[in-house]
Amino acid sequence: MISIKNLHASIGDKEILRGINLEVKAGEVHAIMGPNGSGKSTLSSVLAGREDYEITEGEVIFNGKNLLDMAAEDRAREGLFLAFQYPIEIPGVSNINFLRTALNEIRAYHGQEEMSAKDFLALVKDKSKLVELDSKLASRSVNEGFSGGEKKRNEIFQMAMLNPKLAILDETDSGLDIDALRIVASGVNKLKSKDNATILITHYQRLLDYIVPDFVHILYKGRIVKSGGKELALELEAKGYDEIKKEFELAD
Amino acid sequence: MANEILEEHIQNEYKWGFTTDIDADEAPKGLNEDIIRFISAKKSEPDWLLEFRLKAFRNWKNMVEPQWAHVSYKKPDFQDIIYYSAPKPKKELASLDEVDPEILKTFEKLGISLEEQKRLSGVQSNIAVDVVFDSVSVKTTFKETLAEKGIIFCSFSEAVQEHPELVKKYMGMAVPPTDNFYAALNSAVFTDGSFCYIPKGVRSPMELSTYFRINASGTGQFERTLIIADEDAYVSYLEGCTAPQRDENQLHAAVVEIITHKNAEVKYSTVQNWYPGDKDGKGGIFNFVTKRGICLEDNSKISWTQVETGSAVTWKYPSVILKGNNSVGEFYSVAVTNNYQQADTGTKMIHIGKNTRSTIISKGISAGFSNNSYRGLVQIKKGASNARNFSQCDSLLMGDKCGAHTFPYIEIKDKSAVVEHEATTSKIGEDQLFYCKQRGIDNEKAIGLIVNGYCKEVLNKLPMEFAVEAQKLLAISLEGSVG
Repeated sequence: MISIKNLHASIGDKEILRGINLEVKAGEVHAIMGPNGSGKSTLSSVLAGREDYEITEGEVIFNGKNLLDMAAEDRAREGLFLAFQYPIEIPGVSNINFLRTALNEIRAYHGQEEMSAKDFLALVKDKSKLVELDSKLASRSVNEGFSGGEKKRNEIFQMAMLNPKLAILDETDSGLDIDALRIVASGVNKLKSKDNATILITHYQRLLDYIVPDFVHILYKGRIVKSGGKELALELEAKGYDEIKKEFELAD
Repeated sequence: MANEILEEHIQNEYKWGFTTDIDADEAPKGLNEDIIRFISAKKSEPDWLLEFRLKAFRNWKNMVEPQWAHVSYKKPDFQDIIYYSAPKPKKELASLDEVDPEILKTFEKLGISLEEQKRLSGVQSNIAVDVVFDSVSVKTTFKETLAEKGIIFCSFSEAVQEHPELVKKYMGMAVPPTDNFYAALNSAVFTDGSFCYIPKGVRSPMELSTYFRINASGTGQFERTLIIADEDAYVSYLEGCTAPQRDENQLHAAVVEIITHKNAEVKYSTVQNWYPGDKDGKGGIFNFVTKRGICLEDNSKISWTQVETGSAVTWKYPSVILKGNNSVGEFYSVAVTNNYQQADTGTKMIHIGKNTRSTIISKGISAGFSNNSYRGLVQIKKGASNARNFSQCDSLLMGDKCGAHTFPYIEIKDKSAVVEHEATTSKIGEDQLFYCKQRGIDNEKAIGLIVNGYCKEVLNKLPMEFAVEAQKLLAISLEGSVG
């Protein structure tokens, strides 16, 4: 699905990603954990194509194509989805209109016809159930006046609508109460299939109780310093990040 | 990074920048009483109208150009303008076949012949069009259909000949000939425009529309529009404007007056797309327009909706004098400036009658190196009890080299008034654009989406056909203005 090799990225003079290697196959769920400032959000931004970063080294192959050569919108059209840590508000643009535009742009990219209004609305109805999204939210402006939990649910709703191959969930659990977390996680679980993959970026082990990862990676100072199964997350939870910091400070 | 792309991209071509090669019957350059007499004679005007013009001219000579607007430009040389330019041959036009084919081609390029074509092929349409080309009204469509209802919709010159009593009664009522520098100039030299009268109890069965186009070089366009809705009448009126691309600035100083009687309503919508000048700020139209309506009697309503994307300099304040009790004034505006365009636009709501209400929704969008100002006056006169106003003035900035300014003036002389004012300034964020891109929507589409969302409250007020055109125009005007 996606193969990241020796990825280096900087912002200004500051190198934030310092050689990331990661291989994610279809059907897999990977969790990337790490303390604040370890580069987790940078990694998701770089993969999604945010232009603030300079890629200094490395390559990323997504479905056989060079991801780093693609414009952000083309990455999305190829099936890469980022659930934002802080979803953006777009006043005056209804969620429905926004998603319809997005969906049809993606379809056009793949040479498909626009979806009819009837099919589209049926899809909206179907997918909004998945994250128990109030149908009123679908017709409101994108994220405007949404609560923190509603914004996160809206991200997963969009993900359900656009049906990506690879979903990167950037701290989707942050700011969620336990009920909202359960709803979001169950949505993500229902969307999982053998043909798609998920990267969960998170601080806390808590999310991983609901979405069980196949692999856990620990990111520290721009590198993946440790990888393992889901037990690694529990270990991290027990020991805290300080242990990791001590262990890898020397290697720096 | 965004700025580099911004600079690189701010160079949208003006789609309507062609000229039409036709013979024009022109007055010599310059302005004096002889020129005014020439214009008046050309149009075989009655003496009272010539007097109206001369009086305005004598006043104008003692007036100074207003300096208070937040715009800077080289003052036009009023002696270097051609005040009359009519396409030849000037004769009565009975059918479209008699119109110069070159002019027709122009209209076709402008995309306005469609309605006419429909009419010719017998398809029902709901817009009647009056076309003003340089200074002369070329053709008014659907005149016969409208006449059946008693609606008068014709060129201003024709109205002067056919309905002098109406013109004499109402002309100058909302905008007196000495109102301001440009209105006085217009009153002295106006050449044509549209006239519309909706009789008592009649709702216009179709939308009435005027398209203005400046064509000949070095000409000024000074048209006059007068709309009267008698008791219980209703009309929705549309106005569109284009001009060819020229290096020098051309002057457009129009006057629009609306008068509503008891229970009458006029909805006036403008999509203004005069040539804005090139990306370095060269050329473009100076648009110095006075638009005002009077709700003369009780329960009447005047609503201005404007989408302003063109002109090098815009100076325009469509206003409503709320004289009748319970009368309503509305102003919905989207003003877009890009490159070196400057706009100082807004409205005046003058509350005189009791229980009068006004709403102002202004959406300014600035891009490039442009300056966009909202200037508005809400005045509640003594005795205008229970008057209400709500104003919302939003500014949207694209890039970091443009400016947005808000100058709201509020004068309240009656204690029972309720006046609310809200204002916001926001920037199209890189974040919003990135969010759209991450969902597969490219930059241009994303800007269109965001801008249309921002302007939605105003665009919703436009008649359907116009709303679609306005949306496209917004997208074109802002093409590539954010990286």
